Amino acid sequence: MASSCRRPEHMAPPEVFYNEDEARKYSQNSRMIEIQTQMSERAVELLNLPEDQSCFLLDVGCGSGLSGDYLSEEGHLWVGVDISTAMLDVALDREVEGDLLLSLQWLCNADKKTHSPPKRLYTFFSTLYSSLARGARAVFQIYPENSEQLELITAQAMKAGFTGGMVVDYPNSTKAKKFFLCLFAGVSGVLPKGLGTETVDRGVSSQVQFTGQR
Amino acid sequence: MKLLTHNMLTSHVKGVVKGYPLLIKATEVKVNEVEFNPQFVSRMIPKLEWTALVQAAQGLGHLNDLPNELVPDYEKNEEFLRKVHRVLLEVEVLEGCLQCPESGREFPISKGVPNMLLNEDET
Repeated sequence: MASSCRRPEHMAPPEVFYNEDEARKYSQNSRMIEIQTQMSERAVELLNLPEDQSCFLLDVGCGSGLSGDYLSEEGHLWVGVDISTAMLDVALDREVEGDLLLSLQWLCNADKKTHSPPKRLYTFFSTLYSSLARGARAVFQIYPENSEQLELITAQAMKAGFTGGMVVDYPNSTKAKKFFLCLFAGVSGVLPKGLGTETVDRGVSSQVQFTGQR
Repeated sequence: MKLLTHNMLTSHVKGVVKGYPLLIKATEVKVNEVEFNPQFVSRMIPKLEWTALVQAAQGLGHLNDLPNELVPDYEKNEEFLRKVHRVLLEVEVLEGCLQCPESGREFPISKGVPNMLLNEDET
């Protein structure tokens, strides 16, 4: 399928795909930088951080640190983790202010026989849950391939103890549509509204709520 | 790698029960100035494993007079908060490795970035 060829995760494992050439785009392509910065702004907004307080944030899959730049501008301190050495090297070259770690893998993919996406997602979410402060939030901007994948991701997050749900910005626009998985650790919060949802028909909510009660 | 990050890192090698704290074997350490934010430092202190922080700082030769026990009413003690700030955010390990206290597995640190990736047979 032609469309599937555009998804980087279908081309090669992340540590291979995000090589030096690919990583360079993240520091030189202004369109890419603009999109990344916009998404970081929205993700930080969804985190609903206390005002005028510098927070300690974890940037999972920080890449070249574009989101981190925004966090630093906002006065926050951050630690970034990524699986790609090339991407982190770009971050180092750019002299980002955050602390970096080489870790993580692309979570939904099974590039090797031993890879089990549900198990891997569960391990990821439960480790994340245990490292977050009570009442902390986690926001992930994701590109789900299909509804099954969306369900797989959210189910594993709930199993790990999170509450929360999916916020969909501009659900009626194929181009601008963005998925944000908003998770709460320890306490449940009110899920923010997706952007550009005013024209959505009644009964079609932009927020896919699910319960964490067990 | 800052010591604040180190304070929160654990080894996840298969079979390891308590991969904490990771032993720092540094060959290059640098002190970078970072803007002092007393509120931030105060809010981070309760989240820290104090003993692990003191050990790590001592091991790097940057104890900076940190006491073995956390002092009471530290929120109002600027001198103390400045010391903690320095150890947490200004001392950086650039080269060396982190060693899992249980399995002995070493995680290399290069250009300040710890490589925590495990091989297939270790997960």
